[in-house]
Amino acid sequence: MAKPFTPKVITANALLEGDVIYQTATGWTRDLAAAEVLTDEADADLRMIEASAQIDSVVGVYLADVAVENNIPHPTHFREDFRAKGPSNYAHGKQETF
Amino acid sequence: MYHYTDFDTNFLASRNAQFRDQVERRINGSLTEDEFKPLRLMNGLYLQLHAYMLRVAIPYGTLNGAQMTKLADIADKWDKGYGHFTTRQNIQYNWPELRDVPDMLDALAEVNLHAIQTSGNTIRNVTADHFAGAAADEVADPRPVAELIRQWSTDHPEFQFLPRKFKVAVTGSVNDRAVIKAHDIGLQIVEQDGEIGYKVIVGGGLGRTPMIGKVLKEFLPQADLLPYLEAIVSVYNLLGRRDNKYKARIKITVHENGIDDIRARVEERYALIRPQFTGVDQQMLARIEADFAQPEFKSASEEPFQNAYQHDPLFRSWSDTNLTEHREAGYSIVSISLKAHGKTPGDASSSQMRIMAEIAKRYGHDELRISHEQNVILPHVHRGDLPSVFSALRAAGLGTANIGLISDIIACPGMDYCALATARSIPIAQEIATRFDELKLEHDVGPLKIKISGCINACGHHHVGHIGILGLDRAGVENYQITLGGDGTQDATIGERAGPGFSADAIIPAVERLVMAYLDLRSEPSETFLATYKRLGLAPFKAALYPESQDQKAQANAA
Repeated sequence: MAKPFTPKVITANALLEGDVIYQTATGWTRDLAAAEVLTDEADADLRMIEASAQIDSVVGVYLADVAVENNIPHPTHFREDFRAKGPSNYAHGKQETF
Repeated sequence: MYHYTDFDTNFLASRNAQFRDQVERRINGSLTEDEFKPLRLMNGLYLQLHAYMLRVAIPYGTLNGAQMTKLADIADKWDKGYGHFTTRQNIQYNWPELRDVPDMLDALAEVNLHAIQTSGNTIRNVTADHFAGAAADEVADPRPVAELIRQWSTDHPEFQFLPRKFKVAVTGSVNDRAVIKAHDIGLQIVEQDGEIGYKVIVGGGLGRTPMIGKVLKEFLPQADLLPYLEAIVSVYNLLGRRDNKYKARIKITVHENGIDDIRARVEERYALIRPQFTGVDQQMLARIEADFAQPEFKSASEEPFQNAYQHDPLFRSWSDTNLTEHREAGYSIVSISLKAHGKTPGDASSSQMRIMAEIAKRYGHDELRISHEQNVILPHVHRGDLPSVFSALRAAGLGTANIGLISDIIACPGMDYCALATARSIPIAQEIATRFDELKLEHDVGPLKIKISGCINACGHHHVGHIGILGLDRAGVENYQITLGGDGTQDATIGERAGPGFSADAIIPAVERLVMAYLDLRSEPSETFLATYKRLGLAPFKAALYPESQDQKAQANAA
């Protein structure tokens, strides 16, 4: 039996700034909490194709697993947690803003 | 120092203009990321977890004050006010934006620095002994030949798309401080019957399949070096595996074909290309050597040193750990620790860089070095100036007296920055250093090299750490494996895996148990951790690491 599809967000790095971005229903955000959560596999596949086609603005598009609490996505893996916050040795990156 | 010729200056300017154009074409959509990636990598530009990263070469680790000051200016203008010095004598900027990178490269070119071939499947920045030109045990200064190799390998048309990256290190001393046996090619300058030549070692490397390099040629005359290197890389270029990234390094080529087969192929190729080298390279080497003439050493009183050593315990402690014998009487080699307890190994703020540059100009014949152990070296300081140097360093948070001790840890950037990492390295290094500082034990423990990598690629050299730590992702949790008994010197040895890994919470206590066990096991205070390990083997250290399994064994025996 196929593995059930778990909630995901589309993420990438911005071409110019290089920082982590997440897809929303209308574009991209730098805040994981504002990302659109995809729960349907066919929809996610289609959205991935569309996002990957934006080659002049984003780099390295992929689907990242999230856990949804109170309608807000949270990382399920520590790598995504660091991407959403920034490094642990300095308060740089997203933790400066969010 | 090497002085750029007009050719060098023009080459760098045209290369930077070329890359500026490539960046522009990426931004306007003319190049896809797949097309752009190999181009940006050849110019040192990575895309990491949180941002781009620019890796700048510090050729054979040598810098002058103006260059160090420029590195600081770049950190302030286009980054976040600091830089990270790496295990291959590079500096990395962790936060540049794509549009700014061409300007950063132009700024670097103003002081003859660049990021060419600091990444990609090319011959990388040639590294050398950080005590080059100053060490008392040196046969010859390795930097001129490292510079020659840099010029030969830069933009070498045959070697821009090798099966995989290719790293060369050179030492001029028997005591290897450049880890030459863990490089694709390691060169040791040797003297035979009054003639200078090279011992050529090939096929070393760490990473997923660690290998100690093998001797390809015991003595290669100086004049034959470039054609011989060209033959080696040429053989590898054709024979190296392009079907599997994990088997593409020359260490695997050597391992799969055998050193004798590789030697025969190299000799055959060498015979073919040797006549093309008509001696121009040796003329260039002679010119380069003139640039590396030793500084005009001064004669002065050493009394300030003796006074400070007698009366200032902090200075004495720093002198005992951070100074190395210089070949010139009255001089010392100063190692500046970038490992203040609790700080990120290898990081220097822009103000610290400027202070080091000023000290080098004032007291150090305007020379600085970056060591593969992520520290900064002042290679030539008169002993009479050492108290002033220490005082200036200390005021800038650069006076930590821990060179070669347990808190002088090599750590790769790990998952705090690197897209390849499987776990973090930096916080583990910070916590170990902080813990042993609290225990006030590190001077009693003595020489002990801890090296931490955040993934199997082993940028943190964990395989050759006396205690090596490898961070992995085990079912979505950071997990740290320990290896013991590694050695990165002329007696290069790959460490032995101690057993199952530890969680991030458990790794610091595990290291502490190891060190406490060593203090109990050593035959006398002068027996180092590594010597004790070599004498006793893994068993007693393993028992200290895994006390619970010892309890289980005891219970089983009792039953």
